Amino acid sequence: MTSKSSTPVLATGTDDPTPPPRQRERPRRGGFPVDVRLAGLVGVLLLLCLVGYITRPDGFLTEANISTMLRLAAAIGVVSVGMTFVIISGGIDLSVGSIVALSSVWMTTLATQSYGPVVMVLCGLLVGLACGLVNGLLISYGKIVPFIATLAMYASARGLAERLSGRRTQVVSETGFTTFFRGAFLGIPVLIWMLALVFAVGWVLLNRTNFGRRTLAVGGNAEAARLAGIDVKRHTALVYGIAGLCCGIAAIMVVARTTSGASTNGLFYELDAIAAVVIGGTLLTGGRGSLIGTLVGVLIFTVLNSIFTQNNLDTDIQNIAKGVIIVAAVLLQSTKLRRRIRKT
Amino acid sequence: MTAGADDPVLAHPGQDVGPDDLGQPLLRMTGIVKEFPGVRALDGVELSVLPGEVHCLLGQNGAGKSTLIKVLAGAHRPDHGEILWRGEPAVLASPVAALRLGIATMYQELDLVPGLSVAENVFLGHERSRFGFSRRGAARAEAAALMRRLGHAEIPPEREVGLLSAAGQQLVSMARALAHDARLIVMDEPTAALASDEVDNLFRIVGELAADGVSVVYISHRLEEIRRIGSRVTVLKDGRTVASGLPAGTPTGELVNLMSGRQVSTVFPVREESAADERVEVLKVEGLTRAGEFADVSFTVHAGEVLGIAGLVGAGRSEILETVFGARRPDAGTVSVDGVRLKPGSVSAAVKAGIGLAPEERKSQGLLLDLPVAHNVTLASLGTYSTAGFTDRAREMADSRAVLEKLELRPADPRRLVGTFSGGNQQKAVVARWLVRGCRVLLLDEPTRGVDVGARAELYRLVHELAADGVAVVLVSSEVPEVLGLADRVLVLREGEVLADRPAAELTEADVLDIVMEGSAATELAGVAEEASS
Repeated sequence: MTSKSSTPVLATGTDDPTPPPRQRERPRRGGFPVDVRLAGLVGVLLLLCLVGYITRPDGFLTEANISTMLRLAAAIGVVSVGMTFVIISGGIDLSVGSIVALSSVWMTTLATQSYGPVVMVLCGLLVGLACGLVNGLLISYGKIVPFIATLAMYASARGLAERLSGRRTQVVSETGFTTFFRGAFLGIPVLIWMLALVFAVGWVLLNRTNFGRRTLAVGGNAEAARLAGIDVKRHTALVYGIAGLCCGIAAIMVVARTTSGASTNGLFYELDAIAAVVIGGTLLTGGRGSLIGTLVGVLIFTVLNSIFTQNNLDTDIQNIAKGVIIVAAVLLQSTKLRRRIRKT
Repeated sequence: MTAGADDPVLAHPGQDVGPDDLGQPLLRMTGIVKEFPGVRALDGVELSVLPGEVHCLLGQNGAGKSTLIKVLAGAHRPDHGEILWRGEPAVLASPVAALRLGIATMYQELDLVPGLSVAENVFLGHERSRFGFSRRGAARAEAAALMRRLGHAEIPPEREVGLLSAAGQQLVSMARALAHDARLIVMDEPTAALASDEVDNLFRIVGELAADGVSVVYISHRLEEIRRIGSRVTVLKDGRTVASGLPAGTPTGELVNLMSGRQVSTVFPVREESAADERVEVLKVEGLTRAGEFADVSFTVHAGEVLGIAGLVGAGRSEILETVFGARRPDAGTVSVDGVRLKPGSVSAAVKAGIGLAPEERKSQGLLLDLPVAHNVTLASLGTYSTAGFTDRAREMADSRAVLEKLELRPADPRRLVGTFSGGNQQKAVVARWLVRGCRVLLLDEPTRGVDVGARAELYRLVHELAADGVAVVLVSSEVPEVLGLADRVLVLREGEVLADRPAAELTEADVLDIVMEGSAATELAGVAEEASS
């Protein structure tokens, strides 16, 4: 409790016969020193790790398993970074999985592979960025609601991926690409470095730059942002561009992990990413969000996945557990919200 | 009771029915008080409506008419006071309860569902059904009968409401009221959206309703309408009834005086020495026009000058400010700052030129309630708070703290979420946004709406200080005394037209109200009024 300001502020008129209206200002803390909800999420994550350790004391917390988990989390984690930006800006992107598929196919065609690993990487990034920008332009300048615009991209990007690949899995024969991305640096796999790097850049972009500030403003109150002179349309387009670029990065990771590109890559990524973002505490209505929360959200699902595979359990139970976690997290969030935004 | 069926202009349908002839009134409200946080919207309202009369409700913006309507409709529950319905105490706990009693309300913004048919709208919420199945045929037949009764048999009950004209939609709204078998119909500015022949039809219907014994509470700003159809008049002022049961023929001057006669309950600013510097013309607006909103608006504001814009809600005041600010694109006309013409319809051009806007809807248009004050303050000048795109957060905090202290925002803590501040302090935060940018022109749209008395006085002082610093201020307010007290010069608007542009010292509240309400006095005052009334 920093400020205690319930003393009335009124310099009201001594000439004013009516009693001054109640002062509505309530003393309030500027914010929690420790984000309670984030701490709760981390608690859930640690609890799941404990469950994993108890059920498989020999296999779960080994270096190999942790490395596997993180490498599996890498692609969906990067996609979730882009999704966090989109959702904070007040939108939604249903097309991320399809964009991952298209990028992975395009960068692994025989023609692209023939130009070498650098071109493959650039191709993956560019295809992702382009798809994202198309989404953004349709939404901001074409005035199509995000749900519909990205639904269209969801269908057509995967369709194009199928057409390009002839629905065949395209194996990567370019060894330079695989050696680099499947390698390790300082003993840590490159994919995990990439995941960490994307999260770090995303965090700085969101929390320390004007771009991030404007993203929060556009999502929190687009009209207020517009009347403050912010180019809301351009900004919206850029946010979807970022989401697309993240899909391109994720495609590179998927191709590296599976040494192939296929139109079936990235299936259901949109749902996993939205789930991770939402349980991470980002408001679906926009205006507030946390990338750290998203990271924890992704890790929770990854650890859950690992627990089930390590114990040879069916995926159906896993999916039920996933659903329960989503609902619990959102309920937690809304009660918190009710306490926080007590309308003045 | 004789209702001249051919003559749409019924003199005073209820006039021959004296207050005592019918004994008890249909509705009697006494001592109604309704408080909202920071404002006492109703502070002892008396209203008594006789059966079969057209009772007119008069009052300035903010006098409490809308709140009173909502109390009648059951949308607001009064904090104190007694409501007698046909002589018995009644509680209007919900809109449904009000409808059950027989009170139907036609809101200004029509509350119809555009995608449904006429019949479906008429019976919305009390659908004709049997054993859970809707009786569409019965509903259609009844709706058709109601439309016939309203003199518009040509509107088929199957027609989608969204396809009807404004007048047609209003008829549907009225049919809905009749379908509830209403004894009392509240009409909130029903003629605002109507052409003159449609107005005649409306008046004919109102007359017939009154002849059938249905009472009407009629709200309008047009005094001539009240003369035409009203029986008696109640005047509200600052949430109180200042006169009730006046004959509709009461002279304009008397009514205007009743509406403006101010009690000392509100602190209005004392006029100060003008800081206007006639040599420096900062904002120049020429021939600004937006079809259907306002036409040919021209004015200039000098450095240190405060220009007030007075007019009723819907006269185009906010629209003009937003167009000057580039948030709306003008059909014609130009806006220049310091002699440089601005790109039309571009907010960023206006902001770059040094214009700032504190919008009418503080919460929905101005603030990011979920973000700290500091982030709200720097929102329009983020470009100057960054190096290579990175936000300079230390300087942001320091500058925000400085401006908050200057504006005496309490508590002056830039980290607090804006949503937790009171209305007056939120308004200051919006103004602070433009101060840190160093703006040349500040557009204030209803800056004191929802702001308590103490904070108002501070906002008034702030306006004076800004003007003294050489900022050109344009102020829109529904409260005429506020405009007259703060502004050096006043523009009076009526239905999108500038009817007067005069020094504030030459105008009185009654002058302004006269122009705004009737437009007749404007002829002598400004000589620019083409049509006194439509």
